[in-house]
Amino acid sequence: MRNILPILAVLVALAVLWYAAVAPMNIRGALDVADRGGAEVIPAEPRDRFEQSAWRLMMANPDHIALGYSLDRPRLPTPVQVADELWNTTGEMALRGRAMSKRSLIYHGWITLQSTLWGFALGTVLGMAGAIAIVYSRVVDMSLMPWAIISQTVPIVALAPMIIVLSSQVGIEGRGVPKAIISAYLCYFPVLVGMVKGLRSPGAAQLDLLRTYSASGVQAFLKLRLPASMPYLFTSLKIGIAAALVGTIVGELPTGAISGLGARILIGDQFGTPLAIWAALFAAAILAGILVTLLDLMQRITLRRMGMQA
Amino acid sequence: MTSPVVSATSLDLTFQTNDGPVHALSGIDLEIGKGEFVSFIGPSGCGKTTFLRCIAALEAPTGGTLTVNGMRPDGARRARAYGYVFQAAGLYPWRSIEKNIALPLEIMGYSRAEQAERINRVLDLVELSGFGKKYPWQLSGGMQQRASIARALAFDADILLMDEPFGALDEIVRDHLNEQLLELWARTEKTIGFVTHSIPEAVYLSTKIVVMSPRPGRITDVIDSPLPKERPLDIRDTPEFLEIAHRVRDGLRAGHAYDD
Repeated sequence: MRNILPILAVLVALAVLWYAAVAPMNIRGALDVADRGGAEVIPAEPRDRFEQSAWRLMMANPDHIALGYSLDRPRLPTPVQVADELWNTTGEMALRGRAMSKRSLIYHGWITLQSTLWGFALGTVLGMAGAIAIVYSRVVDMSLMPWAIISQTVPIVALAPMIIVLSSQVGIEGRGVPKAIISAYLCYFPVLVGMVKGLRSPGAAQLDLLRTYSASGVQAFLKLRLPASMPYLFTSLKIGIAAALVGTIVGELPTGAISGLGARILIGDQFGTPLAIWAALFAAAILAGILVTLLDLMQRITLRRMGMQA
Repeated sequence: MTSPVVSATSLDLTFQTNDGPVHALSGIDLEIGKGEFVSFIGPSGCGKTTFLRCIAALEAPTGGTLTVNGMRPDGARRARAYGYVFQAAGLYPWRSIEKNIALPLEIMGYSRAEQAERINRVLDLVELSGFGKKYPWQLSGGMQQRASIARALAFDADILLMDEPFGALDEIVRDHLNEQLLELWARTEKTIGFVTHSIPEAVYLSTKIVVMSPRPGRITDVIDSPLPKERPLDIRDTPEFLEIAHRVRDGLRAGHAYDD
């Protein structure tokens, strides 16, 4: 709990910055609304206003700045507006028993979470299997590792539509599987790199010691390499699950999906409702936070059981 | 006289490196009898550790013959002829002390009951009874090294190979561990091969001191110690002790060890 103060300090600084940014971002929208409402606006012509900078508009119309903080369709909503929208599409709907409605972010979050977990599971298995192969085979080390690195240089947004087209081509119905594949594509890499490092972490003396016992390769793996890799694995898993979530959302973006947090972001963009985008964005961030925290908890419990931490 | 435990005849080991061949061992002739305490002393690169590793079948000699208990080194390893103690204790941080000692026993397939019995016995031998449930980070460096000696003793090997086991410890702890090691040696009647940098340590512990020198790694002197088996710490102030220490120092100097 002693790190709560620095976290709060950063939060306050962000909020201040955010509120300060709302005024210039929303001044045009505020003046349009005021103009339509019959109030006096300088300059009066919308076309003239278009040519002026946000700063000059603010200086010319100080009375209308406040209006920018309560617009229905703000270019940049205030944190309170976002929190409000978030609550209206999650907690409030849940209270009314409509948590799984198509308008609820809980429903969309659940869709995204499912693909994320499948992708995470697939990516973790692939990453661990790849790491074991790399550590135990020089050939695989030299052939697989460069491709693993190249795979991460391809922009995932370019790859996502192709994965969806190809998987529908081979007869996979729905978006769940291709989304999980895209998710796994991003997730396996940190697991692979972390596991390779972890499995290689025992020093030469440690391996020599096992040789003096005539230990088999399997014994060396189970008794030394695998337990030694645990701290590395958990660190990688935390990065991996965040990457899996990003992968799923990217998989939902350009593909005409209608459910999932990514789809909400896209729809919010297409229908000009920034509030919906921001709410979905925060829902995704909160989801990622929960997932990483859960893994962190698992790490603490596991390592404590292994006696590795005080 | 019974047959030697370790017997090396014109043993050579050459490493091929990018800078050309390195003669780590050259023409090593040595016999170690049962129950001897043999120290290997010399500057870095003299091959003392390499020779110990050859006995343990961790390195393969490129020439000559080497037998351990009359077998080839890898055969002796499979027959559990020796326990090896490294410079770093190398205890697994995720295992308690007793689980660390159980490691070789698990690998060699001892039953649970026998594991427990052996763990208790060797913990007692290194005076760590009551620390079995502790984790390595809860123990001092000296205690960790004692635990690693207990681990090497757990499976009844007749030979104990120790590669600078106390090199990283301070002198006071080192004295204490040296005393304990002599007691342990007297009680268990093991054959011990002991690599060290320290002249007093070598002279205090050994029945036989092997002085080595580098480039190529070779034996320059083998000293049979006339000191009695009972050795209190203050034996180090006796003329006999100082005389042997002097001879070791001369042997090291004769190998031109300090010219470069």
